[in-house]
Amino acid sequence: MTIANQELNTIAAQEYRYGFITDIEADVAPRGLNEDIVRWISAKKNEPEFMLEWRLKAFRHWEKLQAEQQTPTWANVHYPPINYQDIIYYSAPKAKEKLESLDEVDPELLRTYEKLGIPLEEQKRLAGVAVDAIFDSVSIATTFREELAKHGIVFCSFSEALQKHPDLIQKHLGSVVPYSDNFYAALNAAVFSDGSFCYIPKGVRCPLELTTYFRINTAETGQFERTLIIAEEGSYVSYLEGCSAPMRDENQLHAAVVELIAHKDAEIKYSTIQNWYPGDQDGKGGIYNFVTKRGKCAGSNSKISWTQVETGSAITWKYPSVILQGDNSIGEFYSVALTKAKQQADTGTKMVHIGKNTRSKIIAKGIAAAEGSNTYRGLVRIGSRADNARNFTQCDSLLIGDRCGAHTTPYVEVLNNTAHLEHEAFTSRVDEDMLFYCNQRGLSMEDAQSLIINGFCKEVFQKLPFEFAVEATRLLELNLEGTVG
Amino acid sequence: MTTIAAPEAIPYLRSFESLEQNGYGQHPDWLQALRRDAMDAFTALGFPTARRGNEEWKYTDVGPIARASFRIPTQSCHSESIEESLADRVDSLTDPNWHRLVFIDGCFTPHLSSLPNIATVSNLADSLDSHTPLIRQHLARHTPYASHAFTALNTAFLHQGSFLHLPPETSLDRPLHLIYLTTAAETHTLSQPRTLAVIGRGSKATIVETYAGPDDTPYLSNAISELIIKENASLDYYRLQQHGDEGYHVGTTQAVLGDGAHFSSTTLDLGGALVRNNLNALLDAPESSCTLNGLYLAGETQKIDNQVIIDHAKPHTNSRELYKGILGGRARAAFHGSITVRKNAQKVDAKQEDKNLLLSDKAQVNVKPAFWIYADDVKCGHGAASGQIDENSLFYLRSRGIDHEQAHRLLVRGFANEIIETVGCPSVKSLINNLVKTKLTEL
Repeated sequence: MTIANQELNTIAAQEYRYGFITDIEADVAPRGLNEDIVRWISAKKNEPEFMLEWRLKAFRHWEKLQAEQQTPTWANVHYPPINYQDIIYYSAPKAKEKLESLDEVDPELLRTYEKLGIPLEEQKRLAGVAVDAIFDSVSIATTFREELAKHGIVFCSFSEALQKHPDLIQKHLGSVVPYSDNFYAALNAAVFSDGSFCYIPKGVRCPLELTTYFRINTAETGQFERTLIIAEEGSYVSYLEGCSAPMRDENQLHAAVVELIAHKDAEIKYSTIQNWYPGDQDGKGGIYNFVTKRGKCAGSNSKISWTQVETGSAITWKYPSVILQGDNSIGEFYSVALTKAKQQADTGTKMVHIGKNTRSKIIAKGIAAAEGSNTYRGLVRIGSRADNARNFTQCDSLLIGDRCGAHTTPYVEVLNNTAHLEHEAFTSRVDEDMLFYCNQRGLSMEDAQSLIINGFCKEVFQKLPFEFAVEATRLLELNLEGTVG
Repeated sequence: MTTIAAPEAIPYLRSFESLEQNGYGQHPDWLQALRRDAMDAFTALGFPTARRGNEEWKYTDVGPIARASFRIPTQSCHSESIEESLADRVDSLTDPNWHRLVFIDGCFTPHLSSLPNIATVSNLADSLDSHTPLIRQHLARHTPYASHAFTALNTAFLHQGSFLHLPPETSLDRPLHLIYLTTAAETHTLSQPRTLAVIGRGSKATIVETYAGPDDTPYLSNAISELIIKENASLDYYRLQQHGDEGYHVGTTQAVLGDGAHFSSTTLDLGGALVRNNLNALLDAPESSCTLNGLYLAGETQKIDNQVIIDHAKPHTNSRELYKGILGGRARAAFHGSITVRKNAQKVDAKQEDKNLLLSDKAQVNVKPAFWIYADDVKCGHGAASGQIDENSLFYLRSRGIDHEQAHRLLVRGFANEIIETVGCPSVKSLINNLVKTKLTEL
């Protein structure tokens, strides 16, 4: 890309200063990553000056890490080195070709939807079939948005928020996950294309579950998403990202960043269902999901709760964490991670206790089947001023088959003697006595296994919003089909 | 040599070269080659750094050891009169009825030692000729030094040490006490105790290792013990670390277990400014099992780091692990327990627990249990807990008319007792009991 072209693009982008990116546009950044690309993305999105500055700082930091070969290697995952110059870092969303009816959809995909119990109209939307206006996501979004606006809630794409609420973003961006946090956070900060922004004003209890089904921003935000959720004093929000339906994606590397900020007496509940393409039986072509998620309980009595069901991706590398800064704040982490075929997951959480009387709870359930490798990695740190901090951790693993691996590496750091910590972990396969009991009551082997596995995950599923708990159960059954019995 | 020498390794390299020229030259070629190889490894490695990403040394900075240049003791041992004057000190560390081998500043001291006659118990250096095949087969074969600096350093200066060979179906009637004492004869002494024990098929033994040294002077004790436990043999192993307040200690114990063998270990850490223990058990044959217990009591600015690695290499192997720590003052403790179950090692049963009692608000503990499981028919569990004395227990005792001081003491004592109660041999138990009692009054 020559400089002249860039100038052209900069000018071209300015035309849309107060508008939205339209569907006709299909710009693609040149392959590779350098400072010009970062400027190009920023200009393309017509970002305020501070945003560009921040992106550039992040890029320079990333370049330094890259030069020092500081890609994270500590996780228990294995993959060939990534060529960061062989990636297209920005591609404006393209309009997909709409299909006429569900008959044109791959029957295999329909079978999956059926099993997951996804409503017919939603199936159409997921498969890219043109749907009735009433069910069109945009129209739902509009009514939905009016409802939210009544309460003063801002819920929009990151790009839109940058135009409409730059002050909020400038104040909070990077305050929980600074660009210098880690290699992938730096990369994301430099090149992130879009994401979600959510702001709940003081004292407001968000009347709806904010889910991706009603997501306002474009469906394909690309591989570098950035989410920022701010809950002001005394507010409450429940946010669900992802989808239980299998998602295929051209991008192999996903490096998203999620930042949550809970002020005094606020509560954020963040749930994730991740079922991205895990690759074929040999693990080829799957998604690398390298995500940095962190929440900050900034004010006293605040609460952040992470719930995740991770069944997809070839490699998962994510540690949704909570910084318990405010006194009496609470952090929770509930996770089910399933690895099968050649999937690898290295996931867990960090609970950093800073304030007094802070409490955290970790329930992590790992299931490894076939040749899957499942690692729980977690940190509980009690700072020297965190008097009367309390932590309970339970991380269990279930092994299915003799070729899988289940690993647990929790870290516990205690700098305060008034803290009370308990940690338990157990690894085993499905108990034979339980199976026998079920068989004896007339359940088939497969049903018995499935029943026991669902029981194993129940504590986590209960934390999901109701309709997703049902889907998550089916999702697990579907994923384990053929690996058990 | 093409590798670049780590700067802090240079003084040790100089000592090595001078020892090679006078003294080591008369040793067998294989031993010289082994030492040279280990020295090369150490020169290239240097001491481990606390830099980011060095997981093995995450919670313990051995910078003070790297910066201080410790002096390698020369070949010459202390005069008999000095040794004589230490007789009382040695007696205070042991039980008069035990067999014992005494090493002072790395030098074997025969007239303070008393040896059993049913087994080969001797100074390693004296057995090189009589037991060449056995020693060659095992010495430095189970503790790889290529990537472990402290192991390399010990191996590079390998000379004297304890050697125990129990033939098949024989048992030691009394505990064998290996006493490694550092003296204040000079400052910055580096003593490198080395133990090699081969417990023959179906034999039984109790080994007690004591590491001790003077207060008010810095020194480094860098110990390695290799314990080979053959089929159906059983070894009770106790490690009593009673170093002085400025003593540094790095110890590596490697146990290798045969068919149906049992290894039981109790590690007691009382002294030392900075202590790091590596205890590795390789369950290398079916039906082998180990019980690894530990108690660390630290006050003031003591730093105690225990790394326990259990490798379930074969099916039908069991392990039990219980470590407890009581920390006062500004003490810092670390515990890393790793359990690996290798592929096809089915029917493994492993349990690990680490509990810490924090008596002061400046004490710190870092715990890192880890499982690496590659087989499915296993039962593995670990637990960790940390806290202060339970208020309800305290209240209960006070409601029974026991004053606060005494109630506190009772509860701390009870916490430690869980480990002491596991000690089978009565004479070892009474020795440990006394040591713990004295230490607890200081916390």
